Amino acid sequence: MASAVSDVSITETKMAETEKKKVIKPLKNFPMEEYINSGHRACQGCAEVLAVRHVLKAIGPDVVMAMATGCMEIISSPYPYTSWTVPWIHIAFENAAAVASGIEAGLKALKRKKRIPDKEITILAMGGDGGTTDIGFQALSGMMERGHKIIYVCVDNEAYMNTGIQRSSSTPFGATTTTSPAGRVAPAGQMTWKKDMVAIAAAHGIPYTATACPTFYNDLQKKILKAKEVDGPSYIHILSVCPTGWRVPLHKAIEYGQLAVDTGVFPLYEVENGVWKLNRKPKELKPVVEYFKGQGRYRHLDDTLTAEIQDKITARWNRLVKMCEADKED
Amino acid sequence: MTKPMDQILWQEIEPGGVITEPGNASCYHTGAWRSQKPKYDPDTCIKCWRCYIMCPDCAISPDYENNVFVWNFNYCKGCGICAYECPANAIVMEED
Repeated sequence: MASAVSDVSITETKMAETEKKKVIKPLKNFPMEEYINSGHRACQGCAEVLAVRHVLKAIGPDVVMAMATGCMEIISSPYPYTSWTVPWIHIAFENAAAVASGIEAGLKALKRKKRIPDKEITILAMGGDGGTTDIGFQALSGMMERGHKIIYVCVDNEAYMNTGIQRSSSTPFGATTTTSPAGRVAPAGQMTWKKDMVAIAAAHGIPYTATACPTFYNDLQKKILKAKEVDGPSYIHILSVCPTGWRVPLHKAIEYGQLAVDTGVFPLYEVENGVWKLNRKPKELKPVVEYFKGQGRYRHLDDTLTAEIQDKITARWNRLVKMCEADKED
Repeated sequence: MTKPMDQILWQEIEPGGVITEPGNASCYHTGAWRSQKPKYDPDTCIKCWRCYIMCPDCAISPDYENNVFVWNFNYCKGCGICAYECPANAIVMEED
């Protein structure tokens, strides 16, 4: 008996010692190189720049970027500075996808003429939700239809944040912005529902479409690597929390990403060659109120509006689960 | 490093406004924006890397020799994500 007790105490002390001697082990599958340098002028606690950082880490140095106007362009390249350590071009709102198509065709021609070494170069087009769902929509649609081998990443912060929080077609129902303020005329603020951009991209029949969130960085990087492998266009829709525009505390950007996924507001799924697959399925969805709580843009919502949103979100979630399960069975 | 905008002559501008030095935004120190500062306790730290992964400003880096994480206060904007996300509460925000 006594020996047993001493054994336990010995193991306990050993455990305590090992706990004390925790050493930093190099990270696996997470590159240390930074492709967007420190010194960028993103707001404090911006999860969008975090998403960009993870995307570039997953792709690696052999990349050419075309970026539409938006937060990420404004904060990273105030002339004469640039935060990027990869080839990067700034273009107008509407033609990120078109310019990326041109880059892809140009690189193909240069490779054919043996002007540049024949190695794999990823072309990454990136836009905010305004540059993707509103203004750059037709260029994006054209890119996907022509089948260029490009990764298009939409970093979605659900409004035109950099010009002062104007609504976009990606703004969810019930959010108040400066151009859709909640008041007597429009008690909900934004009166239309968020455009389902992933379904639209998937309907083009492109090989890979997915949603991601920087809170789940492993999932995000896995999806980017998958998009890099496929032969053809791929579209990744990333929800990035904007503390300034969503009016949440600076330190909570990661938590709100988690809540958006767990409440079913922004489910994580992918569409690979027409097969829908859910990547994260919480056992039970949290009520959307938990996600709304603390967000200044949802402050005006009353119980009826919240219930309406909850119904819609649950219906959408159920439909998504059904679709994914039907594809699983096939 | 690159000169500030008001000291550049028009003759020095590259055609097309091309910036030839990659990543030169690092000479702009965003640390001046900070009102709160993270305080790190290496003994409580469980070395899980979460602060490094979640830092939007790439201001945290590992120091393998001393077995600690170090903050680059030239760039840390004091958002507090590292302190809030730390599973061991090894980081506390305090007034700068």
